[in-house]
Amino acid sequence: MQLGAEPPEFTLPATDGEEHSFPGGDRPTVVVFTCNHCPYALAWHDRIVDTATDYADRVRFLLVNPNNAESHPRDSFDAMRERVEADGGWPVPYLRDEAQEVAREYGAKTTPDVFVFDVGGALRYRGAPDEDHKDPSLHAQWLRVALDAVIAGVEPQLAETQPVGCSVKWK
Amino acid sequence: MRVELLWWDGCPSYPEALEELRTILREEGHDPDGIESVEIESDEQAERERFPGSPTIRIDGRDAIAPAASDPVGLTCRVYRLRDGRPSPTPDPEDLRDAIRS
Repeated sequence: MQLGAEPPEFTLPATDGEEHSFPGGDRPTVVVFTCNHCPYALAWHDRIVDTATDYADRVRFLLVNPNNAESHPRDSFDAMRERVEADGGWPVPYLRDEAQEVAREYGAKTTPDVFVFDVGGALRYRGAPDEDHKDPSLHAQWLRVALDAVIAGVEPQLAETQPVGCSVKWK
Repeated sequence: MRVELLWWDGCPSYPEALEELRTILREEGHDPDGIESVEIESDEQAERERFPGSPTIRIDGRDAIAPAASDPVGLTCRVYRLRDGRPSPTPDPEDLRDAIRS
């Protein structure tokens, strides 16, 4: 998916029992492909959720798990529900892309893989949350800088970085 | 001392694990060039090796960081825990150092 492109539409079920659609709404949106089993996704998870909490009144976040649950049972929809429940709930919806069509249309490569869309629906940032999965003090800085730009209505200075993580587990 | 590094190319942590392992071996007075690199390429090989994920480091045939009994065998990325509890694609270097010393 190229910068500036408009996202493919999707509606997916989430662990909260609801279905969530995108595009839609009147705010910028972050779509993060992520999962349960990957250590990179786990290492960045708290930083992504903290960012979602900090921007909750201005930005919509959707976390999407596209992995093949047959080869990686820890990424099944049931396992996703169990993880969210064990955490006492998440402040962002955790969506299941069972058919992997959304991940394919977006060109998701890894978990995590972050896509930031402006209020008009155009892709403005794609890549990693920050520079180093090992350093929580970075606070998803690349994502936050991109969000600040998108909220201000300007182009992010750093619009694309290399997504880092486990490969999406295709069927 | 026999040191094996088992890895799968679907997980990007192998170079980082190798570098950390080499550093610790050197610091502990062992030959970092003696690491046996074993690529796991199929489910059958993973099953045969009882491979709990990439990377796995074995010292004299034993996993340097024992996997949990619930950890599945197969082509996957392994989740380690650092000493402060954070998840990590590679072992805590001090856990690895302890395993090499023991």
